[in-house]
Amino acid sequence: MGESSVQQVHVHAPPGGFIRKHIFSLDHKVIGKQYYALALVAVFTGMILSWLMRIHMVWPTAKIPLLEHISSAGAPGGVITPEYYLSLLTMHGTLMVFFVLTNAPFAAFGNYFLPIQIGAEDMAFPRFNMMSFWTTFVAWFVLMLAFFIPDGPPIAGWTSYAPLSAVGKDAGPGMQFGMSLWGLSIALFCIGSLLGSLNFIATTLDLRAKGMTLMRMPLCTWAWFITACISLLAFAVLLPACILLILDRHAGTSFYVPGGLVISDRLQPHSGGSPLLWQHLFWFFGHPEVYIAILPSMGIVSHILINSMRKPLLSGKVVIYSMMSIGFLSYMVWGHHMFLSGMNPMSALAFSFPTLTITIPATVLTLIWLGSLYGSRLQINSASLFALGFISMFVSGGVSGFFLAQPSIDIYLHATYFVVGHFHMVMGVASLFGVFAGTYFWFPKMSGRMMNETLGKLHFWITFVGTYCIFMPFHYLGLIGNVRRYQSFVDDYMQPFLGWHKFMTIAALITGAAQFIFLFNLIYSRFKGKVAPENPWSGTSLEWSIPSPPPWNNFGRKHLVVYHDPFQYGVKGSKGDFVMQDSPEQVVPASGD
Amino acid sequence: MSSTIVSVNSQANPLPSPKRAAAPAALAYEQERTSSSGIWVGVFAITMSFAAFTSALFVREGTTDWGHLTLPSVLYFNTLVLLVSSITLECARQALEGGKSGTLETAQKGSAWIMITLLLGLGFCAGQFRAWLELRAEGIYLATNPNSSFFYLLTFLHAMHVFVGILVMVYLAGRLIASHTTSSRSLFSNTAIYWHFMTGLWLYLLLLCRMKL
Repeated sequence: MGESSVQQVHVHAPPGGFIRKHIFSLDHKVIGKQYYALALVAVFTGMILSWLMRIHMVWPTAKIPLLEHISSAGAPGGVITPEYYLSLLTMHGTLMVFFVLTNAPFAAFGNYFLPIQIGAEDMAFPRFNMMSFWTTFVAWFVLMLAFFIPDGPPIAGWTSYAPLSAVGKDAGPGMQFGMSLWGLSIALFCIGSLLGSLNFIATTLDLRAKGMTLMRMPLCTWAWFITACISLLAFAVLLPACILLILDRHAGTSFYVPGGLVISDRLQPHSGGSPLLWQHLFWFFGHPEVYIAILPSMGIVSHILINSMRKPLLSGKVVIYSMMSIGFLSYMVWGHHMFLSGMNPMSALAFSFPTLTITIPATVLTLIWLGSLYGSRLQINSASLFALGFISMFVSGGVSGFFLAQPSIDIYLHATYFVVGHFHMVMGVASLFGVFAGTYFWFPKMSGRMMNETLGKLHFWITFVGTYCIFMPFHYLGLIGNVRRYQSFVDDYMQPFLGWHKFMTIAALITGAAQFIFLFNLIYSRFKGKVAPENPWSGTSLEWSIPSPPPWNNFGRKHLVVYHDPFQYGVKGSKGDFVMQDSPEQVVPASGD
Repeated sequence: MSSTIVSVNSQANPLPSPKRAAAPAALAYEQERTSSSGIWVGVFAITMSFAAFTSALFVREGTTDWGHLTLPSVLYFNTLVLLVSSITLECARQALEGGKSGTLETAQKGSAWIMITLLLGLGFCAGQFRAWLELRAEGIYLATNPNSSFFYLLTFLHAMHVFVGILVMVYLAGRLIASHTTSSRSLFSNTAIYWHFMTGLWLYLLLLCRMKL
């Protein structure tokens, strides 16, 4: 049917008008920047929430006058109540995991660079792409509303365990309307992420330029592609989980709430539900989510290291296969979050084994990075420093995973600061280091201006040292028995920890303050930075073959052919020491290669 | 492998397995393939969601208040309607692919079959609504017991997906009537994949409800 339709080409007109260009834009680059901006707002909000928590923990009577205006019940006279501490904790976790760690490395950079790196003009479904951002934006807005209702934000933590998350106001302040907003927000977030992942997968499979075989894709493109596959599966499960939660809360069903449950002296009008069901569904999403956060950063770091070392990694293929196996294994390990949940103790072994198996591809990746770095003349700049910092965080945070993966040790360490330190380093900070590295590396392409290197290095060193100062004591405190989610040291045995906590709070304040250097650098460089050339880092991948910033249709309808993989660095006889992917120069491998 | 040698020779460059032909036709081909992977990815995501609901049902099944739900018999009639709609959609494909493309006659035939399909789809939705009314008349509501919760939930979500398919078919039929062609060749085949998937999903859900609820 329709020969005429065969002539139609996948091209949209240059956008006209402010709204089409900057707000409801179909351009993947604008959408990528929108995701980045949203993540930036969320990360600073989340960081300030963590400041408030840390301040409250060591100076419980400290008055923070502004807080009283936000919640007079949660912070009467500006002093945070124990319940409000839990509200802050919930919002910190939710903002950081969903709106920062999922959005920044994956949705923001992926949207901007995936189509360019494979030589496409845009994503496969630009309209879906726009919808996915705006759904995510509404999800963020709905979540933030929780701060401004009398009830306040929920106190269930970012995991929102049933049955307390499913019963309403009996479960405490914020658990009525605040919790409903949370459920709605996450359900919306799932829809946005599903649309986004669908787009990433279809684009990578079908819109690659001529000659861009799968194995010629840059490693970060691979990482985004694998992440999209994980994300599609994970959010397709979290969405049903949220729907069931919303029904339990608002339609009187009993999916999660068991019968005969008494909360706050009131018999809950439910019967027969299974609280473990929520945990299973949530962690089936929740563990892959960890890899949704970290995989893109692995790809970005690999991409940047190759460029800064001016030589390929020991094996690009092994990096790809390792990332794939991490993605695959991530679906078999969710139970390791539930060793103490009351599920069959035998299944703990079944979940422990694949969890420990994940350390194999993770170690392979680390060895490839370190082995490639060995003896290379790494160019030191903000981007490569943060890439190195990523490896450091990934290893330091990952090692504690060995311990937690074993049920017998986890019985002791469960819900202690050891766990908090572990996931903050390996998932939170490591992933953010990847985002920082990506920002310093790609900012010239995205804005057409260079970032300030001195400020960048200052930002790196304070953040790097500060992060260790904050999170290493977490491991120690966990080992000696400091439980998580306590807002103060109610038991005498915890009093001696106060000195550590003060140290961590001060480290957090300083490290947090250093992020404003980054923010300043970002804004200052956007307007006053040195004008960036087309290819400031002498990179080989396709994003460096087009102007900075790229025109609306990326390659200007140029007939693009890709001849090489993106690892052609250290090549003798070329104009530089590298050969671009779309350069028709013929590269002959050196003998003995 | 640090050092490699370069010789510039743009003509003789061997391309390993170039997959596509040259510019404009290739672009059209790319769009074609894009949409078709897209629909499969979407189908996969929906499958995963219903798999999650299924596993929730299996977990919930083991609890004390699990009862029994007699399915309203109208469901079997609805199943027949949906099956027939899949067949009429294939008739539309026959008409569109067999006839001379872009002509009034082909467009009329095709759009007629599509409209029959979407009416059958609407009939299915109305039938599902009828089933809910019947249950309500018996005093079985969403929160009456876990069986009814799952029944309403699964049938509602499925009907919602069917409704999305109907909306796309309204658009398709409208395009055919207005301009004698669908906006792109892949739109029809994607809609067909989605629609048949909805039929298959319903057969699965019916079986699940019949066996478990």
